[in-house]
Amino acid sequence: MTRKAALVIGGGIAGIQASIDLANMGIQVYLVEKNPSIGGRMAQLDKTFPTNDCAMCILAPKMIECANHENIRLLTYSELDELTGDAGRFKAKITKKARFIEEDKCVGCGECAEKCPTKVNDDFNAGLGKRKAIYKFFPQAVPSTYVIDPDYCRTLNGKKCGVCEKICKAKAVNYEQKDEVLTIEIGAVILASGFDLYNVAPLTEYGWGKIKNVLTAMQFERMICASGPTGGHLKRPSDDKEPERLAFIQCVGSRDIRHKRYCSAVCCMHATKEAILAHEHCPGLSSTIFYMDMRAVGKGFQEYVQRAKDQYAVEYIRARPGRVTENEENQNPVIHYEDTVNREFRAEEFDMVILSQALVPAESNRSIAEKLNIGLDEFGFVSNPQGMANPFGTSRAGVFGCGFCQSPMDVPDSVVRASAAASKVAEVLASA
Amino acid sequence: MSVRTGVFICHCGTNIGGIVNVPEVVEYARTLPNVAFTEGNLYTCSEDGLSSIRKNIKEHDLNRVVVASCTPRTHEILFRQNCELAGLNKYLFEFVNLREHCSWVHMDAHDDATLKAKDLVRMGIAKVSLLTPQEDLSTDVIRACLIIGGGISGLSASLTLANQGYHVALIEKNDRLGGLLKDINRVFPSNEPSSHLLDPLINSSSKHQNIDVYLEAELTDVKGFIGDFTVTLSQDSKTKELKVGTIIVSTGAQELKPAGSFGYDRFDNVMTQLEFEQRFKSDFDGLNRVVMINCVGARMEERKYCGRFCCITGIKNAVLLKEANPGAEISILQRDIMACGKVFEDYYRTALEMGIRFIRYNVDRPPDITGSDNVADKVRVYHELMGRDIEIDVDAVLLTTPLIPGEDNQQLSRIMKIPVGNDGYFLEAHQKLRPVEFPSDGIFLAGCARYPTDISECISQGYAAATKAAIPMARGLVITDAFTCEVDPSRCSACGRCVEICPFGAIDWADWRDMKGETGSVAMVNPTECKGCGLCSSSCLSSAITLKGFTDEEILAMVNTV
Ligand SMILES: Cc1cc2nc3c(=O)[nH]c(=O)nc-3n(C[C@H](O)[C@H](O)[C@H](O)COP(=O)(O)OP(=O)(O)OC[C@H]3O[C@@H](n4cnc5c(N)ncnc54)[C@H](O)[C@@H]3O)c2cc1C
Ligand SMILES: Cc1cc2nc3c(=O)[nH]c(=O)nc-3n(C[C@H](O)[C@H](O)[C@H](O)COP(=O)(O)OP(=O)(O)OC[C@H]3O[C@@H](n4cnc5c(N)ncnc54)[C@H](O)[C@@H]3O)c2cc1C
Repeated sequence: MTRKAALVIGGGIAGIQASIDLANMGIQVYLVEKNPSIGGRMAQLDKTFPTNDCAMCILAPKMIECANHENIRLLTYSELDELTGDAGRFKAKITKKARFIEEDKCVGCGECAEKCPTKVNDDFNAGLGKRKAIYKFFPQAVPSTYVIDPDYCRTLNGKKCGVCEKICKAKAVNYEQKDEVLTIEIGAVILASGFDLYNVAPLTEYGWGKIKNVLTAMQFERMICASGPTGGHLKRPSDDKEPERLAFIQCVGSRDIRHKRYCSAVCCMHATKEAILAHEHCPGLSSTIFYMDMRAVGKGFQEYVQRAKDQYAVEYIRARPGRVTENEENQNPVIHYEDTVNREFRAEEFDMVILSQALVPAESNRSIAEKLNIGLDEFGFVSNPQGMANPFGTSRAGVFGCGFCQSPMDVPDSVVRASAAASKVAEVLASA
Repeated sequence: MSVRTGVFICHCGTNIGGIVNVPEVVEYARTLPNVAFTEGNLYTCSEDGLSSIRKNIKEHDLNRVVVASCTPRTHEILFRQNCELAGLNKYLFEFVNLREHCSWVHMDAHDDATLKAKDLVRMGIAKVSLLTPQEDLSTDVIRACLIIGGGISGLSASLTLANQGYHVALIEKNDRLGGLLKDINRVFPSNEPSSHLLDPLINSSSKHQNIDVYLEAELTDVKGFIGDFTVTLSQDSKTKELKVGTIIVSTGAQELKPAGSFGYDRFDNVMTQLEFEQRFKSDFDGLNRVVMINCVGARMEERKYCGRFCCITGIKNAVLLKEANPGAEISILQRDIMACGKVFEDYYRTALEMGIRFIRYNVDRPPDITGSDNVADKVRVYHELMGRDIEIDVDAVLLTTPLIPGEDNQQLSRIMKIPVGNDGYFLEAHQKLRPVEFPSDGIFLAGCARYPTDISECISQGYAAATKAAIPMARGLVITDAFTCEVDPSRCSACGRCVEICPFGAIDWADWRDMKGETGSVAMVNPTECKGCGLCSSSCLSSAITLKGFTDEEILAMVNTV
């Protein structure tokens, strides 16, 4: 008997959309997300091109719809261990990691995090800020339950502390909580594990990690976001001054045979967006985008780039800068590049430089692919042996892929792929 | 029972809170009549905010809720449902739009924005007191879908819906299925013949027991609403009526023929990519020197958009030519190469490695084509990197043009009351999150009818639109909003203005017997078709039409408080 149920792995916009569509078709969904909250990368973004909708404003209702849907069971802070069986009759084993917080008791008041003595680098803020060892993944997290980071919590590492347990009025802290293992039966699986950010530190020529005023695009998104580490104030890391001149360097690690050969597909547009938003934050500000090809191919994208030029003081220079150095007097990054139109080498100083880093498949793809018994391509994206006729297929029947884990794509394309994969699942469940 | 209103005011991060002094508005709201509870939230829509609304409805016996935040367009449903979860009729809720009606439009005037926010909140509170509980309406859904256009998008949607057990009526105005793809030679990125993809789809949809294919058929009329559409077709000069629950528009697009540019009308050997694919299938004799010009008719003043995949089409044809004739000299004059994503960068690199030349040209100094009689033999172009003009001898010139909107778009837009954007393509409900849906319920969109997209994307969109269509059909029931218009027959003068003005065709004539026993015709609103836009009620000369949730009394209460 086919189970009218499906497993969705990854709670980014793709996984969320696939889950909602399936659930609305009357299919029971288990949505497994490894982080403490669903939302994925979109939750980290400030606004989204080309409409400049605030990312959280359009994402939050979807996250909440997922949480409240009678047909969706959210399994956050959870991972798949194993998938057995065949299309129509799979069995999945899932580990729900201990949060050390009782979900039904935590009211999300946040007093624990205020008092917790241990500070940890905040990955959600792309390393720009600090969080505590007991934390909420981000302010609008779904579920809004706190979680204790077992790598850093003093009590869990045998040191004296226990502050959060004492402070919690709801008595939600439970240091003894254990991982839980669940077995579920489903008819089909959708993988939507998204992407990670390429580490740009090895590209030493661009100075990231050494020159303070060189940031990655994701760090910049967090900086201009109201819920980010600076409360949405754009300021230089070196001296907290508002920048007046920004530069964006495109294809940092992408379209580069030394790193990733492929094009990351969204960076031309997100750099343009970030330059527009920066201008909105600081009206006198101008930006220069150094690019190879301006790949603005979606609906409304050309118009968006034109608007950036006409209304937001954004200049586009076709060049692949060779090097970024620092002017030690004022900590200004200096970009060295060849002006291909006038055929001369130039060095230009900016207040801040933002690197559009390559986007790579989720690090966990290797292990998840092994558990799902599906193939990956040489880069680690989900491979699709059926080719164009079935753009959602994987090498295992009944397992489908959607979103960035297949190939770089923006939010609208991820949403389309997610809804499409839902139809594939419905077909499997209807036929088996 | 006395009215007890709860007022929740959202900072929306800095979207509102960075401009409007939210704490001050919260304090102010507390002083207003009928207000029993007020609160400010960083994000009212977060689970924290929502659970606070639910908790306070119970704790403070609230029987009305006002949320002052972003926009009802994205968030009204969420807040209404949340009220319902707490046991409050969801129509006892009022949305105050503090972001789009206030903070975003008064970014430079913080104090005045705060004053205006207070006015808006006061108006909302005045209105909410007068709202009355309403019930949703529900209608059954016919488990059949009409798919308009039998290209790869429509075929994909048809097959998956049929495989899921729904009935499909696929109409195609041509005498064959396949759309653009049937005229295309080989397809990137695999370079296999297009028939490999198309034939299996055409065969299975022609044979599928759940699919009726209507060839050389034209859509002439659509009546009804989600769940219950009546569709009229004309085929062989006969008309036919079908009943369906949902509709997918997959009518595709057409290749731009660049009349008047680059010698297209003058020279026989200057042609578009599609014309090339139709003329030369595998025999490329005589094509030793070929120049392609990209972005012909795209990314310019008259047509701003980018054709999305035309760069790759050009590369494909260049590679096919080069494979057949390695000695051929092929140059592609381009402005940017749009090889986005995982596969196309490699595709582009292969072309480079094969020795295909890519030369960047400047739009302000476009290439010039010369020749004698009707044969082009030279292309002259300003080479940006070399900083001078160069000349290339040619046997043929291929013009890479974008797709342009389908010729029936305007007509289909009128028949189904679906919007078309400035660029002439159909306009989706929301560019980011609802790319395959129309604002009107029950009608969906896929493929090049929306915007130029390659085959994988067309297939994806076909499947995605099928999912959206399957949802109401799987449920078998649609729930429609209770805020619709109602005619008071005793006041209706039967002038017919409302029948004409209704953009959704929701108003019809009905017989009515008045108090004196005389019968006559009056206007009547079908609540399942009514979208609650209010055009009829505001244009009714006899004040016979009321829009629930926006009665004269409610609106006047808002006006009187400012
Ligand atoms: C700086 C930047 C700016 C951007 N700006 C825009 C923009 O303005 N507009 C736009 O359209 N796009 C933008 N994008 C692209 C956008 O972020 C992606 O298109 C989108 O997030 C892809 O969604 P996804 O759900 O496929 O992946 P993700 O958002 O990466 O979500 C994947 C989810 O899966 C989870 N996961 C991964 N592995 C596992 C596992 N093994 N088990 C369980 N869960 C797992 C992850 O934790 C994550 O929650 C931007 C990207 C960047 C880097
Ligand atoms: C020169 C060229 C080369 C290409 N090469 C490739 C390639 O190699 N690889 C690739 O991936 N993509 C390629 N493409 C793109 C590809 O052709 C399209 O993505 C795809 O064919 C579009 O499919 P569709 O179903 O959306 O639209 P269409 O193919 O346009 O189909 C729409 C159908 O709807 C019908 N129709 C229209 N109006 C009505 C109406 N009112 N009533 C009933 N029926 C109607 C039409 O007759 C047509 O059959 C190429 C395009 C061009 C122009």
